Amino acid sequence: MEAIITKKERDLKTEEMVVQMGPQHPSTHGVLRLEVTTEGEVVTDVKPIIGYLHRCFEKHCEQMTNYQQVIPYVDRMDYVAAMAMEWSYVLGMERMLGIQVPERVEYIRVIMAELQRIASHIIAIGTYGLDLGAFTPFLYLFRDRELILDIFERTCGARLLYNYFWIGGLSHDIPPEFVDKVREFVKQFKKTIVEVNNLLSYNEIFIKRTANVGILPADVAINYATSGPVLRGSGVKWDLRRDDPYSIYDRFDWEVQVGKGEMGTVGDCWDRYMVRCREMEQSLKIIEQAVEQIPPGDVQSAIPKRIRPNPGEIYVRTEAPRGELGFYIVSDGTNSPYRVKGRSSCFVNLSVLPEISRGYMIADLIAILGSIDIVLGEIDR
Amino acid sequence: MNAIQILEKLKSKFPDAILDAKVEGVIEPYAKIKPELIKEVCQFMRDDEELNFDYLMCLSGMDYGKGVLGVVYNLNSIKHKHKFTLKVEVASDAPNVPSIESIWKTANWHEREAYDMFGIIFIDHPDLRRMLLPDDWEGHPLRKDYQVQEFYHGMKVPY
Repeated sequence: MEAIITKKERDLKTEEMVVQMGPQHPSTHGVLRLEVTTEGEVVTDVKPIIGYLHRCFEKHCEQMTNYQQVIPYVDRMDYVAAMAMEWSYVLGMERMLGIQVPERVEYIRVIMAELQRIASHIIAIGTYGLDLGAFTPFLYLFRDRELILDIFERTCGARLLYNYFWIGGLSHDIPPEFVDKVREFVKQFKKTIVEVNNLLSYNEIFIKRTANVGILPADVAINYATSGPVLRGSGVKWDLRRDDPYSIYDRFDWEVQVGKGEMGTVGDCWDRYMVRCREMEQSLKIIEQAVEQIPPGDVQSAIPKRIRPNPGEIYVRTEAPRGELGFYIVSDGTNSPYRVKGRSSCFVNLSVLPEISRGYMIADLIAILGSIDIVLGEIDR
Repeated sequence: MNAIQILEKLKSKFPDAILDAKVEGVIEPYAKIKPELIKEVCQFMRDDEELNFDYLMCLSGMDYGKGVLGVVYNLNSIKHKHKFTLKVEVASDAPNVPSIESIWKTANWHEREAYDMFGIIFIDHPDLRRMLLPDDWEGHPLRKDYQVQEFYHGMKVPY
């Protein structure tokens, strides 16, 4: 802040002005309104106003006649990473019921979730480039996202909202050409990552716009309970796939990526962006290993006929593309949940926005908001 | 530390704050805390070296029915990788719970959401407004006895 407002400018104090950014604004990535208090070009306070997409998903869950019916609603939380949403809920129910899913299911789930992570980061990175004026990387990335969506479509018939993970199994087995298609994608996408790094990550203008902007120190990030690339961008090595292990991630060779402050300070926008880029490489690594090891078996053998957990509760969390996705599920022993609370990763990550955008220019605010990578469907639920 | 040790530690520090606890035979070990003492307990849990619960994973409002509301705090420690759950229960005609926003900033939005959905009043919260619903909405939807309003600005609400 000090660097931007020089002493002379401070003497020439301008009148405070409130600018409404959104709810219909391309850079807000959905229907989000930001009440920005400005002093000249400098942002002094930001108030995010959310709820435009609120449909009270939690109330819907309570009205369902069984636990399985919740899954399509969960899909619609983070609609660009629906597989990850499903997994968290399904995992919670399986832990509650004490179901051990077959090995084949675990492998397919890991591959699907990692493909979904790449597809989601593609949107994050592509639109981040768009926000800052780089159009080309977006096109290259979306060309490859199509390949992922094609794989999903071949497997379960849907391209965006899958209802693919069921409690205890999967809705469909993978098609015979699945493995080849995934191999093809991995081969293709390795080239794309190099391209994107050349085009965007190390681009002089892009670095100028993102390095040393929106710095989020590690202790603040933890106090705000941010997660995912936002937390890791601040240099905290925390990934639920490693630190609160679930499924079979311990069988693969991969590494947690953290921001190191290569272009500026640890925890700036560039770090958060770069963590996503590097995570895609790690996801490719996991997919490459998993796709060679898929064991034979029946993906529906562990699906229970009747789902009625004992009275109790669970807080389950998984590493979704945008961070820690949690579900607090309470059962009262009947066929439908007594309470489902979705702990949305973007909701929590967005709450740190006022903290990290004070003192920067309005144009930087776009860069900061983009680096948090929000999906309003998940925030408003 | 495992849940039994955490509970022992809490019991020795706050002998009269714990109303009920269950740490064995459940998926999520929890302790039920007196509502008026929740802030002190949380402060202790964050600042104590051995506990070091620096990460509030989730804060959920609850309606237990029969006029009882509650708040559930799911805590986690990044350093020690242990978890614990705290709960408070309040009567729905006077649902006052001290805010823990000053301890974990993330509680700010979670508490606003719990206020929005359940009508739980968080004392000393810096900005207790509705989070997801419009400011002039009537009632708190996630309460079990919620009746939707008939009209909102002249628009029929139940469809």
